[in-house]
Amino acid sequence: MNSMVWSVRRELWENRSIYIAPLMVAAVMVLASFVVVLTGRHSRPDQVASSCEFAAGILMGTMLIVAIFYCLDALYGERRDRSVLFWKSMPVSDWTAVLSKMAIPLVVMPVVTFVISIATQLLMLLTSSAILSMKGQSAAALWALPWLQMSSGLLHHLVTVHSLYYAPIFGWLLLVSAWARRLPFLWAFLPLAAIGVIEKLVFNTARFATMLASRISGGMEGGSARGSMMMLWPSHPLEFVTMPGLWIGLAIAVACVAGAVRLRRYRDPI
Amino acid sequence: MAVIEAQGIRKAFGTTVALDGVDLRVEEGHIVGLIGPNGAGKTTALNAILGLTPYQGQLTVLGRDPWSARAQLMRDVAYISDVAVLPRWIRVSQLLDYAGGVHSRFDRAKAEALLARTAIRANSKVRELSKGMVTQLHLALVMAVDARLLVLDEPTLGLDILYRKQFYDSLLNDYFDQSRTILVTTHQVEEIQDVLTDVVFINRGRIVFASSMDQFESRYLEVVVRPDRLAAARALRPIHERQVLGRSILLVDGADREQLAALGEVRKPSLADLFVAVMEAGGTMP
Repeated sequence: MNSMVWSVRRELWENRSIYIAPLMVAAVMVLASFVVVLTGRHSRPDQVASSCEFAAGILMGTMLIVAIFYCLDALYGERRDRSVLFWKSMPVSDWTAVLSKMAIPLVVMPVVTFVISIATQLLMLLTSSAILSMKGQSAAALWALPWLQMSSGLLHHLVTVHSLYYAPIFGWLLLVSAWARRLPFLWAFLPLAAIGVIEKLVFNTARFATMLASRISGGMEGGSARGSMMMLWPSHPLEFVTMPGLWIGLAIAVACVAGAVRLRRYRDPI
Repeated sequence: MAVIEAQGIRKAFGTTVALDGVDLRVEEGHIVGLIGPNGAGKTTALNAILGLTPYQGQLTVLGRDPWSARAQLMRDVAYISDVAVLPRWIRVSQLLDYAGGVHSRFDRAKAEALLARTAIRANSKVRELSKGMVTQLHLALVMAVDARLLVLDEPTLGLDILYRKQFYDSLLNDYFDQSRTILVTTHQVEEIQDVLTDVVFINRGRIVFASSMDQFESRYLEVVVRPDRLAAARALRPIHERQVLGRSILLVDGADREQLAALGEVRKPSLADLFVAVMEAGGTMP
């Protein structure tokens, strides 16, 4: 347990972009909302609310990009700079090492994103209120919005989609990272593209591509999730845990992690 | 008690045989030098011992199978692999935090005391340190681990002579005691000759010579033969003969010192001389 905690810490020391990238994005968002409200382009509560949701969305997008790059480098970088030989000289098993890396996109990044999103929204709300009251308008309507509901919706979305539903994506990226001798980025994406192209040529169908797209969009089919409702998908926990796609995805994630552990044991430094 | 016990270790990379039936026994409290030319299988042998690579054959290290129990084994084993492998992004203080966090036998105070003697500062990043300092740092880390076996693979490669000397002095004075065992490989045979208690030569994936240093010193003599005594000297079946400045130098095994003195100047051979003799004889013991 102790070695797990220290392994996760080690990841945060190495990959400071896990919190620096969202912090920078958050700073830009707060600044932008400040300007927008100051110039009077947004003053209605629903406009402020939607820019708060927009900020949360951008932060989640940032998280996904950082997570993709993090996973691709996690087991590749340590082999490339040979530091894996040092990590392996410590009494930390390959399971602990790989699981600590998987915990970053699955647990650490959603938590970081949630905390930063809430802080960002609060700051946006405070600056907007301040500006509105300076202009002699009432900010009370802003605070009357269902913020608590929006926050819990955000948390729900982060746990269900960004952690559990995306788990096989992160697992796959870690597997490629443990396997590739070079260019992990290409190895992660080209085989998927190749499968899609071959399917199209041979069967003239696009099921694989549709499947991938549905996975990345978080399983939301069609236009059922527009705008702010995105935060509240799926509406009921029971609906979520009975989705076969969730369990298939988690099974793929477990298989990928097991494969990555095995590769970390067998592979030599590059 | 044997710290390392290997029997018939084999390892092939594709068609290249790296280890071709290695038998090795390392006793507790010994400092063993594993010496061989490039590509002899030194690093592969160490990797097998450290649980970094799978192998065929029987191998136990401190009573464990290193491949299946690497993480547990690393509580009692410390190692430095060939070149600087410390992550370049990490700070010295983070390295100490991490080692203290995951390693129950890591003594942070000892590591800090060792580092205090160097120019390495706690808030430096590894990338900011010179190669010699990185080695000092790594040595401080492994010496602060209360390990029973220390494995060093070319620990001084690329260092200048001052650091190299310091490295082995520090190892002997501040670390080694009768309950610890050290296995070291190096190209610089002369440098570790006085440090070792035992020596093992490896060539083409096989152990070709193994001896204690005491035995080595009592068995082998070198004689600088006077030209008129060359025939008589050769009758002693020297294991190696070389010419230096027109004089013949013969390396003999188990000859009487008095007898040799009659043939020329007798002196002790270095480990390097014996190594060259063994390798020139085709890599098997003549």
